[in-house]
Amino acid sequence: MSTLEIKDLRVSVNTEDGPKEILKGVTLTIGDGETHAIMGPNGSGKSTLAYSIAGHPKYDITGGTVTLDGEDVLAMSVDERARAGLFLAMQYPVEVPGVSVSNFLRTAKTAIDGEAPKLRTWVKDVNTALDQLNLDSTFAQRSVNEGFSGGEKKRHEIAQLELLSPKVAILDETDSGLDIDALKVVADGVNRFRALEGKGVLLITHYTRILRYITPDYVHVFVNGRIAEQGGPELADALEAEGYDKYLKAGV
Amino acid sequence: MTLTDNPVADAIETSPPGTVLSHLHPVGSFDVADHDVPTGREEIWRFTPLKRLRDLHSDAAYSAGATTATWNTQDGIRVENVDGDEARGLRGVSGLVPNTRFVARVLAEVPTTLLVDVPAEVELAEPIVVDLTGSDASVTEAAHVALRFGAHSQAVVVLNHVGHASLAQVVEVKVGDGAQVSVISLQDWADDAVHLTHHEASVGRDSTYKHVAISFGGSVVRMDSNVHYAGPGGSAEMLGLYFADEGQHLEHRLFADHTAPRTKSHVVYKGALQGQGAHTVWVGNVLIRKVAEGIETFEENRNLVLTDGCRADSVPNLEIETGEIAGAGHASATGRFDDEQLFYLRSRGIDEPEARRLVVHGFFNDLIRKIGVPSLQEQLMATVEQELAKNVLKDAQPVVAG
Ligand SMILES: Nc1ncnc2c1ncn2[C@@H]1O[C@H](COP(=O)(O)OP(=O)(O)OP(=O)(O)O)[C@@H](O)[C@H]1O
Ligand SMILES: [Mg+2]
Repeated sequence: MSTLEIKDLRVSVNTEDGPKEILKGVTLTIGDGETHAIMGPNGSGKSTLAYSIAGHPKYDITGGTVTLDGEDVLAMSVDERARAGLFLAMQYPVEVPGVSVSNFLRTAKTAIDGEAPKLRTWVKDVNTALDQLNLDSTFAQRSVNEGFSGGEKKRHEIAQLELLSPKVAILDETDSGLDIDALKVVADGVNRFRALEGKGVLLITHYTRILRYITPDYVHVFVNGRIAEQGGPELADALEAEGYDKYLKAGV
Repeated sequence: MTLTDNPVADAIETSPPGTVLSHLHPVGSFDVADHDVPTGREEIWRFTPLKRLRDLHSDAAYSAGATTATWNTQDGIRVENVDGDEARGLRGVSGLVPNTRFVARVLAEVPTTLLVDVPAEVELAEPIVVDLTGSDASVTEAAHVALRFGAHSQAVVVLNHVGHASLAQVVEVKVGDGAQVSVISLQDWADDAVHLTHHEASVGRDSTYKHVAISFGGSVVRMDSNVHYAGPGGSAEMLGLYFADEGQHLEHRLFADHTAPRTKSHVVYKGALQGQGAHTVWVGNVLIRKVAEGIETFEENRNLVLTDGCRADSVPNLEIETGEIAGAGHASATGRFDDEQLFYLRSRGIDEPEARRLVVHGFFNDLIRKIGVPSLQEQLMATVEQELAKNVLKDAQPVVAG
C-alpha cells in the first residue's frame, strides 16, 4: 500500500525582490497503484512541485502538508524521503564527476535497503536494468551523468527507478528531449514499474505524446501554481487539441 | 562547485619587445651573495608565510642528519649519498641556476648529494622508493637530491617525506633523451614540519616526464616544481594533489619553461581545504619562448573548499613570445560543495556525509588514476578517506564500501 497525499501545498522561492509564491495551494492524492499526469505550460510550477516533495533546499514550504502513508514527508531530510519510498526522476539530472554509475547505484541501493545488495544478483540486476533501457554495460564505469546525452540522462533516471523500486515515483518531464524510440524505451520502463504491486506515479509533462504510451488514471492541468482542472485520460486529448490557452486566459 | 573555464587571454601577460622582463626571466646565479633575503613583497614570495619558515629561506643554519634517507635497492641502480667532487659535480646537473637564496645556499653549502642513477636503457619494473624520515623539527637542515635518468630508461622514483623536519631541499632531475620517467614527491609530514623545496627538471629530447606532488602533512610546505626542455619533442605532465587542514599552508608553484620546439606541458593540480586557516596556493607559470614553436600547454587547478575559514589562491600565468603555438589553455576554479550534486545523491537515499564523501572521492579520482602507480593510488584513496574523517565525515555512520 502507498498513498502520497498533498494538501494545500504552498511554496515560495527567494528572489532578489523577496520571496515569490510559486505554488498557491496544491491538493492532490496519489492513491495505491495510481498514475497521475500533471500537465501544464512552462513556468507553471510543475518542477517546483516535484522538487518540493523531494525536499530541494531552494524551496520554502510556507503552508500545507505532504504525507506518504501517513508519515510527514516535509519533516524528513532529503535522503530520509528517498528512504521512505519517494523517488524523483529529474528534469535536469546532475553530473557528479569521478563517481561511477556502478558505485553510485550500489551506494544508493545500500542506503535505501539498509544493507548492501548481494553481489552476484546485484551485478545482474544492474546489467539488466541498463540493458532494458538501451544503455550498454560500459555505462556502469562512466561518471554519473557526465558527458551523457540528454536522452541517456533520462534513461539513466529510469534505470535507477527500476533498481531502487520506490513506493511513489515523480517523473519530471522525463519525456522531454527524447526521440520517439527513446520515448518508447522510457515508457516501457515506467510501465514495468507500474505493473509492480501498489506503485504510485506522478508523471509531469508538457506534452501529451508520452501519454500515448503510459495511460494515466487521472490528468491534472496545472496553471500558475494551481490545479486548474482535473479529469481522466480524455482530458489529455482535449489538451492536445486545444492547448493551454483557455486556462491561461481564464487567469486562474 | 562552480567551474569556470577561462579563455586563455585571461592569463596572458603580453611582453612586447623591448619591455621590462617579467619575473619569469630572472637572472640566476650560483653566488649566494647575489641573492637578497626575501622580504615577502617579491612576486615569488608574496603568498608564503615567511615568518613560519624558520629562516630556511634566509640564513638559518643548514645542518644535516635529523632527516635520514632509506631506500629499496634494485639491481644495476645506484642509490647513494655521495660527497666531495662527485657531489659538487651534481650541482646544477639539471641545468638549474639558482634564482632564490635558499637554492643558492643549498647548492653551495650542502656537502652531500643523494644520487639516484638509472643507467641508459634500463627499464625498471618496480618504483625506487626513497623514504626521507625527519626526526626533529627544531633542527634546520638542507639536502640536495639528484635524480639522473639515462637515455631511453624507464623508471619511477618516489620521494616519501614523513616525520618531523625543517628542511630546505633542492631536487634536480635530469631526464635523458627518449626516457620515460615519473618522479613522485609525497609530503606526508607531521604537523610541525616545514618544507621548502625546489624541484628542477631538464626534460630530454622526445622524453616523457611525469612529476607528481602530493601534499597532505606539514605546517608549511612550499614546492617550486620547474621543467625546462633540453631538446625538442619532450613532454611534461605535472600532477598535484593536496589536502590542507586547519592552520596548514600548502603552496605549489609550477613553471613550464618551453625552451624548445614541439614540447608539451600538461599541469593538473587539485586540492581540498578544511578547517580554520587552511591555506593553499597554486601558481602555474608557463613561458613559451621564441624558439618554442609548435608547443602545447594546458594547465588546470581546481580547489574544493570543505569548510569555512579556508583560503585557496589560484593564479595561472602564461607568457607567450611566439605566435606559432599548437595549443595553450588553462582552467582554474575554486568552490564549495555543489548543492545540486549533494541534492541529487541525497535524493537517492544517500545520507549527507556519505554524499559529501562520494563527491570528494570523485573530485580526486581522475587525478589519482593518472599517477600510474597502483599501490600508491590505493594508499592515496585511503589518505583522502582519513582526511575526510576529520571534518566531512566527523558525524558519519560507517561508510559503504567504495
Ligand atoms: N529563484 C527564482 N527566482 C524567481 N523565480 C523563480 C525562481 N525559481 C523559480 N522561479 C519561477 O518559478 C516558476 C515555476 O518554475 P518551475 O520550474 O516549477 O516551472 P515548470 O512548470 O517546471 O516549467 P517547465 O515546463 O519550463 O519545466 C517559474 O516562473 C520560474 O521562473
Ligand atoms: Mg519543469
